[in-house]
Amino acid sequence: MQTDIYRVNVGPIHPSTHGGLHAEAVMDGEIIQDVIVHLGYVHRSVEKIAESRTYQQFVPYTARLDYLATNLPVLGYCQTVEKLLGIEVPERAEYIRVIMAELSRIASHQIAIAATGIDLGATTGLMYGMRDRERIMNIFEMTGGQRLLSSYIRIGGVAADIPDDFIPAVRSFVNDVPQMIDEYNGLMTGNEIWAARMQGVGILNPEDAVKYGVTGPNLRASGIAYDIRKAEPYGIYDRLDFDIPTGSRGDSLDRWTVRIEEVRQSGRIIGQALDNLPEGEIIARVPKTLKPDPGKDIYHRIESAKGELGYYIVSDGGNKPYRLHVRAPSFINLMVLPLVCRGGVFQDIITNIATLDPILGESDR
Amino acid sequence: MVLDTKKNDNLNDVEELARNNILVTTFEKLWNWGRSWSFWPLNYGCNCCPIEVMAAGAGRFDQARFGYEVVRAVPRQADLLTVAGPITLKMKPAIERVWAQMPEPKWVIAMGNCAISGGPFKDGYSVLPGVDSIIPVDVYIPGCPVRPEALFHGMLELKKKVQQGEYRRS
Repeated sequence: MQTDIYRVNVGPIHPSTHGGLHAEAVMDGEIIQDVIVHLGYVHRSVEKIAESRTYQQFVPYTARLDYLATNLPVLGYCQTVEKLLGIEVPERAEYIRVIMAELSRIASHQIAIAATGIDLGATTGLMYGMRDRERIMNIFEMTGGQRLLSSYIRIGGVAADIPDDFIPAVRSFVNDVPQMIDEYNGLMTGNEIWAARMQGVGILNPEDAVKYGVTGPNLRASGIAYDIRKAEPYGIYDRLDFDIPTGSRGDSLDRWTVRIEEVRQSGRIIGQALDNLPEGEIIARVPKTLKPDPGKDIYHRIESAKGELGYYIVSDGGNKPYRLHVRAPSFINLMVLPLVCRGGVFQDIITNIATLDPILGESDR
Repeated sequence: MVLDTKKNDNLNDVEELARNNILVTTFEKLWNWGRSWSFWPLNYGCNCCPIEVMAAGAGRFDQARFGYEVVRAVPRQADLLTVAGPITLKMKPAIERVWAQMPEPKWVIAMGNCAISGGPFKDGYSVLPGVDSIIPVDVYIPGCPVRPEALFHGMLELKKKVQQGEYRRS
């Protein structure tokens, strides 16, 4: 039968593209032949702006890269600058940072759960994911004073000490994490329609994942237990006990279940950090003007909620970076979208975008 | 209650009508009343503010309390464009096209500092200085990001504006 090739645009203004993603699907009937990913709709020239901001002034911009896991990109940037200048972070600040980072990871995964739910037509998923996330927002507001982008982590430590009601609030949240996960699994993971939309959709085999440089939950769903918190521990992660959940098939359902299991592991990490939280200083003595040695450059990476988040900074001896580059996991993870979509049907594009969980602020910068 | 027009000579007396549960108004006012209680928003967003829009729509803040929960994905069905996030040069034609596709009467909320003025990214080479440089804006809500409560406040301000008929018509 003679068929025509036609092109369908998903985005850039589309409710399920997680920001300004524009995916151009090349369709042969109902079958996807190719997907062309157009990026740059959210390109805010962050890397160029960094060259005209001092090291401290750039901290709030990093929160606006990955605004779902706000404390993780801030942590990555602050640790990079600390490594560049050789600043020692106090013990108490390290533990508070771990708590905030893991809460951010949970918040990001809960948005992934909520967004996947609503993208696949399950509004209940949105309601449950957002309900539990609001408790994390309350904790962030308690410490940093703002719900979403508090920039609580600073170069050398954290901005302020934790308030009295912080520990009970975090403790009660962590205690409820297993119950939350049971609820998500009972509502969605075990659902027949859910399985039909996800199982065997968007299979990413481990070889391709490594070749494309995919990191984070997407790589672990393909069966490779690679986590920078274990492979190259930063901060105090080498003292904490947690598992790396992995998938076996590398399909959308695996990416979904790996994220849910990571919420459980993050809960475990927060519990241990709360148990061992020491007393002491919360921020190191950091000079007001930071001037690294001229010609020095540094690359530091952390395990963000989306994968390997790295910062590369080149110094020219001034108080502003000469060049700053962000190795954004979402940008690289998105490159497999055509690969996992090819041969599927049209609605699989939405499933694959939702489960690859890209964040366009970070990808386009 | 049925009003007997033959018996009652005071039909022009507004107070007399009001006593009989009849309100006199213009169609314009009636329509504006209806429009203001049920905006059908189209959310454009590409940054942090859309996450707060999501939070506003979910259980804790519950946008449905105000009747503004019918979020449309199609511009032809929407009458309120919520612009949240910076407008980049690449996104500009898409916004203009969505705005042109929306039927009249239509309104715009500029949500967050990026949409108002470019916000922290104003110095960037690829960011426009606010959405009002391409389309007219009715309500500005400052914040970085805007809290859900502030979004509701902005929508209620727009409601007042619409009820008073103070909006642009083509």
